[in-house]
Amino acid sequence: MGDIRLMKGNEVIAEAAIRCGCDAYFGYPITPQSEVMETLMARAPWEETGMVVLQAESEVASINMLFGGASAGKKVMTSSSSPGISLMAEGISYMAGAELPGLIVNVQRGGPGLGTIQPSQADYFQATKGGGHGDYRLFVLAPNSVQEMADFVDLGFEKSFKYRNPAMILTDGVIGQMMEKVELTAFKPRWTDLQVEEISGSWAATGKNKNRKQHIMTSLEMVSERQEKNNERFQAKYKQMQEEDVMFEEIQCDDAEYIIVAYGVSSRISAKAVDLLREKGIKAGLFRPITLFPFPNKRINELADKAKGFLSVEMNAGQMVEDVRLSVLGKTKVEHFGRMGGIIATPSEVVEAIESKLIGG
Amino acid sequence: MTEEIIIAGFGGQGVLSMGKILAYSGIMQDQEVSWFPSYGPEMRGGTANVTVILSDDRISSPVLNQFDTAIILNQQSLDKFESMLKPGGILIYDPNGIFNPPTRTDLKIFKIDGTRLAAEKGQPKIFNMIVLGAFLKAKPIVKIENVRKGLEKSLPERHHKLIPMNLEALELGEQELVEVR
Repeated sequence: MGDIRLMKGNEVIAEAAIRCGCDAYFGYPITPQSEVMETLMARAPWEETGMVVLQAESEVASINMLFGGASAGKKVMTSSSSPGISLMAEGISYMAGAELPGLIVNVQRGGPGLGTIQPSQADYFQATKGGGHGDYRLFVLAPNSVQEMADFVDLGFEKSFKYRNPAMILTDGVIGQMMEKVELTAFKPRWTDLQVEEISGSWAATGKNKNRKQHIMTSLEMVSERQEKNNERFQAKYKQMQEEDVMFEEIQCDDAEYIIVAYGVSSRISAKAVDLLREKGIKAGLFRPITLFPFPNKRINELADKAKGFLSVEMNAGQMVEDVRLSVLGKTKVEHFGRMGGIIATPSEVVEAIESKLIGG
Repeated sequence: MTEEIIIAGFGGQGVLSMGKILAYSGIMQDQEVSWFPSYGPEMRGGTANVTVILSDDRISSPVLNQFDTAIILNQQSLDKFESMLKPGGILIYDPNGIFNPPTRTDLKIFKIDGTRLAAEKGQPKIFNMIVLGAFLKAKPIVKIENVRKGLEKSLPERHHKLIPMNLEALELGEQELVEVR
């Protein structure tokens, strides 16, 4: 048995960052994710691994510090909650345009605007369709347990460097604030300068010598023909993500007539709803996208051959349901159920939604 | 075995830490646990509640609208959560400040006079451990030995000297639990 602890999702993000050899965290406090930086400050990893932890003057500053750190080939991350991520949108787009790796954690709260500090999943569109301008995608991971909050920090960095593209952990106030049992991994040392050179030396600002041209980190390209080539290269990466790195989990989908599609905390609530429905003799299953981009549309399309209907359960007015519909392609009925404003749907509400929208509807 | 518990009262009563100790005790006996607090503008004097689940299996929803047990420490929480107990569930409350006692007849109802007992001991901070002791008497889902282990694991070493006092408070709670019906 490894190092077993009882920790909050937010706390574990911080601990996992230290353990996976993260070089720097830049952030600005906002509920419901302030424990990330609080934990980092209390842990003082600069004394242990040399990791930098810095409270920036704003979210705009944080994301631009990320741009800078990533340019040097370093493993850098930030975290925030919905309004803070909006402030970062420009910087995220610039990072995608300059092909820089980096990890961004969004512990979602209700919106729009300052909205509420209570949990929400209303940033699905923002995370998966862009958020910033200009036809880019993030690699988006959606943990549904404290354990996955820990595991996805390392995984997020891995994918982010694989694709030289920012990755996002899209979570919510419930997963951030709840405590669960978590098994922490062993410490991985931070990359040495030599390793950074090996891994990212072909593009990063690791120190120019006379044998190579300078590496310039920019998203600006004034020649349209060249910019189109850039765009094609970005799009090829997003396609590769869809081919190689889709992740999902199926619970009792094999014989399911009604399939709930849900991620993050909604998938936990829906798992309970599936149990309640099965007790009533209704063949229900849960399909949980773990990567929201790339979205598991192939598998959902396969499941649509047998299922009588899908219900997308999200804490918003209906966002992922659009991707479910685009996956199902009209083969069967797709409905949405959600609560907004920071209200967390209950398992019985999900049961009622299946009964009224799919079975009775 | 799965036990779904709501602990609710005023901020400052140790609601969240009681839940944390219970969750840690569950870990000490190799169970899956989840702890989800109400969070937000809560502060001392406001309401606070936490959902704690202990289970031998993977836990699905950390957020519930039906509970096996409610540990209730003020009137607002009683009004809110009495109706959310499963039939046959357990309701434990501290009568201090309760002017409308529980009315359901399909529950097992217990009282623990934790506020008074802690005040008599001159140690208001042990209040939540008295209540936890009472709960564990009514429903022994974790062994006291595992509570001790949980305290050892969760408290920093410099606070370990406080563990005996907390274990005594648990015992006091066990002894003082009153079955209402």
